[in-house]
Amino acid sequence: MSELNELTLAEARDGLRARTFSARELTQAHIAAVEKARALNAFILETPERALAQAEVSDAKIAAGEGRPLEGLPLGIKDLFCTHGVTTTAASKILGGFEPHYESAVTANLWRDGAVMLGKLNLDEFAMGSSNETSAFGDVVSPWRRQVDGVVSEARIVPGGSSGGSAAAVAARLCLGATATDTGGSIRQPAAFTGTVGIKPTYGRCSRWGTVAFASSLDQAGPIARTVRDCAILLGSMAGPDARDTTCADLPVPDFEAAISRGVKGLTIGIPKEYRVEGMPAEIQRLWDQGADWLRAAGATIREISLPNTRHALPAYYIVAPAEASSNLARYDGVRYGLRVPAGDIVGLYEKTRAAGFGREVRRRIMIGTYVLSAGYYDAYYVRAQKIRTLIKRDFEAAYADGVDAILTPATPSSAFGIGEMASADPVEMYLNDVFTVTVNMAGLPGIAVPAGLDGQGLPLGLQLIGRPFDEETLFAAAQTIEDAAGRMTLPKPWWA
Amino acid sequence: MNAPVNPKKLIKGGLHDWEVVIGMEIHAQVTSRSKLFSGASTAFGAEPNDNVSLVDAAMPGMLPVINAECVAQAVRTGLGLKAQINLRSVFDRKNYFYPDLPQGYQISQYKDPIVGAGEVLVDLPDGEAITVGIERLHLEQDAGKSLHDQAPNLSFVDLNRSGVALMEIVSRPDLRSSEEAKAYVTKLRTILRYLGTCDGDMEKGSLRADVNVSVRRPGDPLGTRCEIKNVNSIRFIGQAIETEARRQIAIIEDGGSISQETRLFDPGKGETRSMRSKEEAHDYRYFPDPDLLPLEFDQAYVDGLAAGLPELPDAKKARFVADFGLSAYDAGVLVAERSSADYYEAVARGRDGKAAANWVINELFGRLNKEGLNIEASPVSAGQLGSIIDLIGAGTISGKIAKDLFEIVWSEGGDPHAVVEARGMKQVTDTGAIETAVDQIIAQNPDKVAQAKEKPTLLGWFVGQTMKATGGKANPAAVNALLKAKLGIE
Repeated sequence: MSELNELTLAEARDGLRARTFSARELTQAHIAAVEKARALNAFILETPERALAQAEVSDAKIAAGEGRPLEGLPLGIKDLFCTHGVTTTAASKILGGFEPHYESAVTANLWRDGAVMLGKLNLDEFAMGSSNETSAFGDVVSPWRRQVDGVVSEARIVPGGSSGGSAAAVAARLCLGATATDTGGSIRQPAAFTGTVGIKPTYGRCSRWGTVAFASSLDQAGPIARTVRDCAILLGSMAGPDARDTTCADLPVPDFEAAISRGVKGLTIGIPKEYRVEGMPAEIQRLWDQGADWLRAAGATIREISLPNTRHALPAYYIVAPAEASSNLARYDGVRYGLRVPAGDIVGLYEKTRAAGFGREVRRRIMIGTYVLSAGYYDAYYVRAQKIRTLIKRDFEAAYADGVDAILTPATPSSAFGIGEMASADPVEMYLNDVFTVTVNMAGLPGIAVPAGLDGQGLPLGLQLIGRPFDEETLFAAAQTIEDAAGRMTLPKPWWA
Repeated sequence: MNAPVNPKKLIKGGLHDWEVVIGMEIHAQVTSRSKLFSGASTAFGAEPNDNVSLVDAAMPGMLPVINAECVAQAVRTGLGLKAQINLRSVFDRKNYFYPDLPQGYQISQYKDPIVGAGEVLVDLPDGEAITVGIERLHLEQDAGKSLHDQAPNLSFVDLNRSGVALMEIVSRPDLRSSEEAKAYVTKLRTILRYLGTCDGDMEKGSLRADVNVSVRRPGDPLGTRCEIKNVNSIRFIGQAIETEARRQIAIIEDGGSISQETRLFDPGKGETRSMRSKEEAHDYRYFPDPDLLPLEFDQAYVDGLAAGLPELPDAKKARFVADFGLSAYDAGVLVAERSSADYYEAVARGRDGKAAANWVINELFGRLNKEGLNIEASPVSAGQLGSIIDLIGAGTISGKIAKDLFEIVWSEGGDPHAVVEARGMKQVTDTGAIETAVDQIIAQNPDKVAQAKEKPTLLGWFVGQTMKATGGKANPAAVNALLKAKLGIE
């Protein structure tokens, strides 16, 4: 692996500007890394020719002194973002060889700013999963391995999900950063599992236009990168108003990169007591305490707070998200695009196409969603879940009204597990991975996961900071403080290459 | 609901008299250039799938954006129905699978519609007027169209209509006969056309009705209803109700009971038949569409739209009665179409309103109907008809000549004053000329003169002869006076 792969996105940007290397060299280094890393299965589709073509444009722009904010920076794109003329799968068989005639708002913003696309990244099918084991294109393997008593285990570890491809590719230095999406933790959990930084911005910060929908009221795009600064740079390009998405906020995009150096002096950081869940490993608790100490040492006030409805969040989430998904995925019916399994009549075509096209977890969620919306159950499930959602939102509002600037929690209840280890477990056990992250989606708030240390097996652990609506800047400032205190994570040596 | 039962409206069964109870759901296509949630055109008659955006085809990641003009049209319609306008309404998804429904759900308004309760005043042919309650009006997307006749083993789908805005206008079960139902739809269509919110063209499918029909013995609680889907002409609405009511009566009188179901009307066979039973009804799994925020606007927005509304048929009718002295019936005929009312007003302005109404209703409408023309295509303009009426009023021509003049203007055009001049159609009021003619007739018919002294009604024969002799141009009053004097009739 070239030294160019070890650069952060910000360092690469500065190197390009200083003409230390060319966009072509930078892109080629990353294309080579991608090719060598196929054992990780992070990419569903590699687009090296497109990457090189974009890099040439970037070199010309840089030469002309017209470099744009992300000029020549190679990125990976989660394959949930529709890309014009480039197959988009959502990691599902149901989309067949679907080639969009349009570009998602978020990726269009990246290309507008000069970024280079290396390819489409693997994910859990339709972003439904917490381990990247539900992809129709195979499991993604984390670049991390367990290390017990100095012995590195060969066991393959999950990168988390659903943005497992994004997190693995970034941690393995295959790309400088990646787009991701987060419906219940799909950016933050894989970031925490892979020692990377991931931010789910406030609902409405990024346009959802052109991103394959999972649960419309929860879905939000965001970046995964290796540093807080890199995330800030990427989010600055991805975000912005879009009249084509009426849930997208008509707000200017702040200078996120500038915000990282603000520090936390004078800020009040809340520690929600309800997140001290039963059976939480001691090392997670220690890490959490450590995070609070770091922030305190940097001048923040740490205060215990209460978010009393937290325990209802996960069950409510697993009603709302499948309900929306069951409706959002109805369009994959074999009639207009994607997979079609012929049958004698239309109902047969629907049944055969959808049975063949959707994987087990997606089918499970469609069925749950259909059930909770059906006559006689709607009030008992969906309506109550929405009420809980309101209560969760109020909990946060009360905390913020009481002077809390951001909330610190663990990102996940454990470190990454091995591929297949959860195969025989109850699906609910897998869902428990999202216990610290779903509240943030339910309340529409911004949340960032930042690496904070390793567990006893040498696997990364992350902390989560939750902010006020549209106050990602405070999250970047606080996350930078933690990154500074914890020290940059030493990423695994490329055993896969 | 508790209005006294009008015995004339009851249907005679084999055993009893029955009251039919009808409620309607009208689907009215909103007049707008683009669809409810996409920028695609709504133009009628395009090639299949020409007017389809990425949103209409439900491509992955596409999102709906509400069309402000459709919202304004719905509010205008609500105001025209004297209805409650809801400043906050919610779009819901109605989920079901069908090839012409690309999203797998229709975006509609379920619990919180944009328009609440209102009413429509309906005039019946016998002069009676009834008030029909409106329960609600909501906005929703139309579906596409499945084409089953294009290939032997395949069905094709045309998505041009997919996503076109519809207003579903739901009435209360206030209608008691097929006549009332037809009059209600006719009146509703008139209001929509006045407002310009729906063209009401049933042939193009711009207005379709779902008709809920039940029967009961007068005074009994409501019977079980059946819904007849998608009836697409006013005549068929009447036929479907009659057919369905008689079907239900026959079943009940045979000792059976009605099962709630959805039925289709087959005008060819003159029958309704079952489409699906209550048990087979879809579970639509309605829930608020998370892609759309609740639709909110303020009272000032509503007031602004209210200020821009045209005069509506009821107000216009009242004004025609008050200002032009018309009968309620004539005024009702004239305001049925906004263009007719406008035409009439142009004719009546500064003239005798009743005379203008007679000419417009009897001569003009009669002739237009005969030729199958609508008022916009009338060869006689309001200005020309006004001139004809002016010529009568001034005594320049008689009413009879005026009809000839109307015919000439109808087929040849021209300024009526000039036509009268050029063709010598002026009424003769010169008594000298009339007297000459009268004297000649009296001289030629001594026997009739003698008879007339015995039988004064023979005066009419003399009048006729005089008019004939003067080519119809003699002033009838002058002819009468002269003849009476010369014949010695009092």
